[in-house]
Amino acid sequence: MTISIDPQKTNNESLQPKGWLRYFSFSLDHKVIGIQYLVCGFLFYLIGGTLASAIRIELASPMSDFMPRDVYNQVLTLHGTIMIFLWIVPVVNGAFGNYLIPFYVGARDMAFPRLNAVAFWLIPPSGFMLVASYFVEGAAQAGWTAYPPLSITTPQSGQIIWILSVLLLGGSSIFGGINFIATIIKLRRPGLKLMQLPMYCWAMLGTSLLVVLSTPVLAGTLILLSFDIIANTGFFNPVLGGNVVVYQHLFWFYSHPAVYIMVLPAFGLVSEILPVHARKPLFGYTTMVFSIMGIVVLGLVVWAHHMFTSGTPPWMRLFFTIATAFIAVPTGIKFFNWVATLWGGKISINSAMLYSCGFIINFVFGGITGVALAQVPFDIHVHDTYFVVAHFHYIVYGGTVFIIFSSIYHWFPKVTGKMLNEKLGILHFIITFIGFNLCFAPQHWLGLNGMPRRVAEYDPQFQFVNQISSLGALLMAISTIPFLINVFLSVRNGKDAGDNPWNALTPEWLTSSPPPVENWEGEAPLVEEPYGYGKDISEQK
Amino acid sequence: MLNKNIYLILIISLVFAISFWIGFNVNLLPAEASINAPIYDELFKILFIIGLIIFIGMTIAVIYSLFKFRKRNDQIGDGIALEGNLSLEIVWTIIPSIIVLLIGLYSYNIYDRMGGMKELNHNHEMMSSNTEKIWAGISQTSDNEIAINNLSIEVSAMQFAFLFNYPKGNFISGELHVPVDQKVSMKMESKDVIHAFWVPEFRIKQDIIPGQPTILNFTPTKVGKYPIICAELCGPYHGGMRASIIVEEKSDYNEWFNKNKKTEVNL
Repeated sequence: MTISIDPQKTNNESLQPKGWLRYFSFSLDHKVIGIQYLVCGFLFYLIGGTLASAIRIELASPMSDFMPRDVYNQVLTLHGTIMIFLWIVPVVNGAFGNYLIPFYVGARDMAFPRLNAVAFWLIPPSGFMLVASYFVEGAAQAGWTAYPPLSITTPQSGQIIWILSVLLLGGSSIFGGINFIATIIKLRRPGLKLMQLPMYCWAMLGTSLLVVLSTPVLAGTLILLSFDIIANTGFFNPVLGGNVVVYQHLFWFYSHPAVYIMVLPAFGLVSEILPVHARKPLFGYTTMVFSIMGIVVLGLVVWAHHMFTSGTPPWMRLFFTIATAFIAVPTGIKFFNWVATLWGGKISINSAMLYSCGFIINFVFGGITGVALAQVPFDIHVHDTYFVVAHFHYIVYGGTVFIIFSSIYHWFPKVTGKMLNEKLGILHFIITFIGFNLCFAPQHWLGLNGMPRRVAEYDPQFQFVNQISSLGALLMAISTIPFLINVFLSVRNGKDAGDNPWNALTPEWLTSSPPPVENWEGEAPLVEEPYGYGKDISEQK
Repeated sequence: MLNKNIYLILIISLVFAISFWIGFNVNLLPAEASINAPIYDELFKILFIIGLIIFIGMTIAVIYSLFKFRKRNDQIGDGIALEGNLSLEIVWTIIPSIIVLLIGLYSYNIYDRMGGMKELNHNHEMMSSNTEKIWAGISQTSDNEIAINNLSIEVSAMQFAFLFNYPKGNFISGELHVPVDQKVSMKMESKDVIHAFWVPEFRIKQDIIPGQPTILNFTPTKVGKYPIICAELCGPYHGGMRASIIVEEKSDYNEWFNKNKKTEVNL
């Protein structure tokens, strides 16, 4: 039996609301879902950012004086959980993945549009639940890692809501991952070969493999943890003979790949942005593909580097040190290739380009501290200190969030048909870049000299450096203002972008801006060279 | 062409010179007060210098490209259609692999010098009477050293304090007193949630886990008072969970020990 699906019918326009209302509907259009992910994620970014500001206000003085101590722990738990599960993962995968992947493979929609809509609509209720748990009995307060036995002994309702919410978000992530794999493998336009796909497809393929392989482990772990909390089982409860370190192994089996779930898509996005604004082909396409897959494979076997002080056998520490350090090789290849992409180009210095270059500089810094942290003897001193906090903010903020902003500046004209204001954009970049480095660079020193992470009070000798860090955080908060003004002004009164303001060659630009519901008026174009800059345009066809 | 190469060599040497200068002259670490600390600082210095070379080099490359290859107003068209260079790819795959491998081997050596790779079953006196599996942190016991010479202390951690039990003196203290230059063996266990024992000046840290004793050995080398910090989130007062370690001369330590010691008769 063959089932023929007419895309005109599945996306029946008369059933779908039009105008801005469709963003609040159970829309099946991948472009609408992409924007839903992005806007929803950004709202949670504002909440998570507010929580971060509260943390930096508390840490501006050595005493615990801004909020009660247990509230402080709730704030840091929510900050971590919101930023990871409700901002970075949904936006860098869900938002850009949904918007771009069907264009890149030459499809009219994702493979499973309904599953796609379900995946998105799991996010707002679980996010709401997570934030609202504060008003029940207090939110979860065991950190985003929820290590037992602390997570078993703190107030239960908050922790249970946290688990439920993370389970739903993990489910959403798995649905999205399955959808991306199916779309990239099966929905490619006839004639389009895998090695002709834009790099973001490869990044999303690798990311989705990681999501599908590792997220179920987190789900299983959290279900066991909830049994320990609700039903008094003893999987991780030492009082009942459980083992707390087993939880850490299971947790990090997901949560280290989660780092790559957060950065690999960013690697893909920057590979799309740099060639367009440097007017040069992406350097070393094939090695870029292999390095993504190398990161995927290595990323699955490095988790125990989060546990060097937990008590692990020496051989295990050695193995995980070497495996972790080797991730620097494929990652390094990508960075050298990006710099080589810039080299000899005709670079337009605009907001998208500046954010991408800021990403390269920040991420190289975070990567170097990462290789250092992979070394067991080095890690033992700085584990669970502000050094680690600084390191991973250089990766996820200085890396991924910079790329999210870069992507917004790059694709805003595609989505809205209007240009963002460049002056406000560059102002946004400068404040963010200075604020970010001012906030997190000094934290390396704090960690090396004796300030542990997740504390509301600290040795008064660290006050000055903490205040510098808080000043940086203030700048980061302020940097959101020019961005928001820019977006709201440009959506209404922005300069008309035309269909392809950057003269880009990737397929999403070969249609109108904003694109029609069916993505292309006629047949999807066959783009064999998405990075064919500098060649005669007639060779393209 | 020759001119260009000279500039390149000049810039690279400058980057190396700056990195080495910073690496040797900027101290980012606290005082060194244990045998571990100078070994750790040696590793830190090497990683710091390599990291600086890569970071400064990459930053210069990015900023230089942005400046040199920026699009001038009168320019139209694209950059060169250069899609890759196999020999360059090989170079920047192999060189980082070698660097990473060397760093790994070197840090293995450092770890071994800290005593991390030693089997602990033979050198901890508390092990002999105890068949349970004990997880080890860093130890510095060399094989010919006899464990009896170690000062044995039992550490119990709870929300939100450390208690130090001196089995030989049969007393418990809230402050950790140890004689300078003598090896200390600690068996640590938690009464509730996971804690961690961290002395920044010693460059050592070990989690203290409920239901699973861990051991940590160290040898202090400098008289003074240093903070003991809990490094694992353990509840609302985690930030306040601190104690002090007092490293003192042997005679001072003995005086303190004898003052606190309880004889069996007293019990």
